Amino acid sequence: MIDRNTEPRLNVPDRDLSSARMKVNRAAWAAKYYQRFDRNNVLLIAEAVAKAGYDRAAEFADWTVRETGFGVVEHKTLKNQLSTHNLLDFYRDMDLVTPRVDQEHKIIEIPKPAGVVFALAPATNPVSTIYYKAMLAVLSRNAIVISPHPLAKECSVEATRHLARAAEAAGAPAGLIQCVENPTVPLVQDIMSSDKIDVIMATGGDAMVRAAYSSGNPALGVGSGNAVAYVDPSAQVDAAARCLVDSKSFDNSVLCTNESVCLTLEENRGNVERALRTAGAYICNEADTDRLRDYLWNGENFNVAAVGKSAVWIAEKAGIRVSPSVKILVPVVATPGQDDLLFREKLCPVLTLTAAIDFQQAMTFAKHTAKRGAGHSAAFHGEDHTRLVAFSNEVPVYRVVVNAPCSQGAAGFATHLPPSFMIGTGFAGRSSIGENVGPQHLVHWTRIAFGRDVPADVNGIDLSATIAPVTNITSPMATHTRPSSSTSRDELRQLILEELRNLKEGEL
Amino acid sequence: MFNYGYFSFDSKEDLLEKAAEYWNPGKVSFWKGVGTPMVIDRREGYQLFDMSGKRLIDLHLNGGTYNFGHRHPELVEVLKSGLDYFDMGNHWFPSVARAAFAEKLVKTAPHMKYAIFGAGGAEAVEIAIKTARYATKRKKIVSIVNGYHGHSGLSVATGDERFSKIFLADRPDEFIKVPFNDADALEDVLKKGDVAGFIIETIPATAGFPMPINGYLKTCQDLCHKYGTKFISDEVQTGLMRTGVMWGWQGYDLTPDIFVCGKGLGGGLYPISACLVTEECGQWQVEDGAAHISTAGGSELGCLVGHHVIEMLQRPEVVSNIDFVAQFFATSMAEMMKRHSDLFVGVRQRGVVLGLEFDHPEGAVAVSRALYENGIWAIFSSLDKRVLQFKPGVVKDVELCQEIMDRFDSAMPRARQLLKSTRWAS
Repeated sequence: MIDRNTEPRLNVPDRDLSSARMKVNRAAWAAKYYQRFDRNNVLLIAEAVAKAGYDRAAEFADWTVRETGFGVVEHKTLKNQLSTHNLLDFYRDMDLVTPRVDQEHKIIEIPKPAGVVFALAPATNPVSTIYYKAMLAVLSRNAIVISPHPLAKECSVEATRHLARAAEAAGAPAGLIQCVENPTVPLVQDIMSSDKIDVIMATGGDAMVRAAYSSGNPALGVGSGNAVAYVDPSAQVDAAARCLVDSKSFDNSVLCTNESVCLTLEENRGNVERALRTAGAYICNEADTDRLRDYLWNGENFNVAAVGKSAVWIAEKAGIRVSPSVKILVPVVATPGQDDLLFREKLCPVLTLTAAIDFQQAMTFAKHTAKRGAGHSAAFHGEDHTRLVAFSNEVPVYRVVVNAPCSQGAAGFATHLPPSFMIGTGFAGRSSIGENVGPQHLVHWTRIAFGRDVPADVNGIDLSATIAPVTNITSPMATHTRPSSSTSRDELRQLILEELRNLKEGEL
Repeated sequence: MFNYGYFSFDSKEDLLEKAAEYWNPGKVSFWKGVGTPMVIDRREGYQLFDMSGKRLIDLHLNGGTYNFGHRHPELVEVLKSGLDYFDMGNHWFPSVARAAFAEKLVKTAPHMKYAIFGAGGAEAVEIAIKTARYATKRKKIVSIVNGYHGHSGLSVATGDERFSKIFLADRPDEFIKVPFNDADALEDVLKKGDVAGFIIETIPATAGFPMPINGYLKTCQDLCHKYGTKFISDEVQTGLMRTGVMWGWQGYDLTPDIFVCGKGLGGGLYPISACLVTEECGQWQVEDGAAHISTAGGSELGCLVGHHVIEMLQRPEVVSNIDFVAQFFATSMAEMMKRHSDLFVGVRQRGVVLGLEFDHPEGAVAVSRALYENGIWAIFSSLDKRVLQFKPGVVKDVELCQEIMDRFDSAMPRARQLLKSTRWAS
């Protein structure tokens, strides 16, 4: 008789946890060597990672949408691409490697990278976040261990391996970029509280971000958003509406910087509705608004099935008849009270429209709505700069995007803000950081400060010892002897390096 | 007061007295004499704590027994889990743990056919020698001068006279020794056509890890095959990824007829050893499976732990870590040698197997003591006291490795001082 009880008879240790801990050890080794790399080699590795990421941006975008069901392939491709060469170009001149010398104040600053970064990547923006965080780690000379969201683990693991291979081929130590293959909540908590990691980059749900802050390790955590877009009567309403529709339909609103509520004044509501409709929005009547609310919220909980889905898909599920060309759904809540569920964060192309009787009431509403995504982002459409300043001063957010789509604007892709998939929510959002996170946040500096009255020629001090030359020692490791393997791994690495250097010189 | 529940001692001194009285007076006085009177109390990771409370980083690892460190949590979990289901098992019958472990081992060395289990390295060597004799119907066994294969009847006869003569266990007519790294000397013996097996540690540990010269081991193996002798690799100290590959012979283009492993195979928690044989050599198992019997050999708990040890060693993260540790010590020891070139004159290294040479006949004994005083436990080579055995484990992390080198550096002046004093002068 066949025994159908397939449960193991013995308890088996958590292989994934053990392997994750070893990855952290390996990252510490990589960090030890990498933090003495010079600027040229760092940039060489960054270039290689950027190129590798760019080359497969579309493939990973497609894979992500297939695996998670969130978002739009075309937009994810763009986000992945933006996290490669554009990101590198933005930070290329930010030198986090060379010591800084301030002769006037007799201060020398030596960069000290964090070491091992433990980074979480969300299901909504998995590959772009991995690209972005890996790039930040490379630029700041840190090693990184990424823990992807379980819903996106396959594309995340392959994307990370792809970047890791490129980094290694360009001369990075093995283990500089790694990914946990089977993330679970206990595993993430174990690693987050390990004394072997140096900093956590937490992106994800509020619970995970709070856990990062409670871990006892330094953490850069960012909270969720709930952006209010205020459309002032001074705005060019058609342009504003195009921004709103572009932003809300971009990757089906999975960026936490997407607008949640469109707020205007009563006198302007008709204009806004018309402009939105022209731009591709479906304006809901009262019954449709109710249907949408019922579909999107089951009691207090947002219906995760709707995350990152298209407007047409959601309309169908909610029982609303719309044209297949509709890009976003706009439920209308006539008065800006606080209690309507539709005023909460919605990671899907649904933008709640409401109107205040005057600017004062609009500000009050914006302030309270933004508290649900405190420290995050808001948008302002209009030419009245007095109101813009008042709005920015009152609303508890750390970035106000003006006359641009907020999804792309706050994340630095449609503005001159730093391109980022970590939007610092600052003190207002219970975070340690209030700006768009960049590689500079992963480095601290040792400051050598001479006495005010002590004569010192700090410019004349030799700082070359802060960088270690790359040494080529013969590997003490045995390898499987096979007569065919005539080229050693070291030789191979050298060849690839040489090739990359030639490529770079050719471009210049 | 050291109260262990089952027994207690007033002090470390009290323990040393009782150990000398009831256990082994020679060993007790020896370690006192060389200045490293260690009695290990707690142990964790790569750290030992002497009864005095002194912390020592373990670089002895009992020859790789503690390859994964002491009481590795994952291996402890495996053994505990095994204890809820298995015991040693009945050595007469097939068993799930033995079959699974044998398969796991054989798959690491595809030209092998069977894995035969023992409880310790010496027992595995006994099996290897008996197997070679069975397969060739010859009796003589050749080993190298200063080779080391254990202390049981046949194994001890292959080694240094110090360990055999005292027990009248030397058998010079059956057990012949040839110099290491001298293939011609081996051929002279083999060509008579009466040698069953040639046994050699892939890198001789007790001799201080002298490296085989290029092509030596391969030539030995070819000579064995030419004269109908079985080539036996002793992998007790070089196996289990310690040289960078699972078995040391895999890095020298060898295909031994028989090889033995032990020490770290049981994770430092449950003793087990194995002898792997080719189909041809293993025919005695077909002819008479009960020709060799061992109650404790291949205990199921040991098999379970061993199975997991192999699985852990095959993980890419572990392989990569070994590479980092090996590279780190290669670089750091080269630097250290420059700083202390009057004393520290050579490094023999393959993977995480290292022998450090000091310019004094008893140099490694002094260095061992100086390191001990500086919080590191590493043992000298019994058969070449110029050489310190330096054996990092496979999952050592960067911080601990750096700490070892920092302590090593501060121990060197003390070693120099010890060697200058008359007591150490040879």
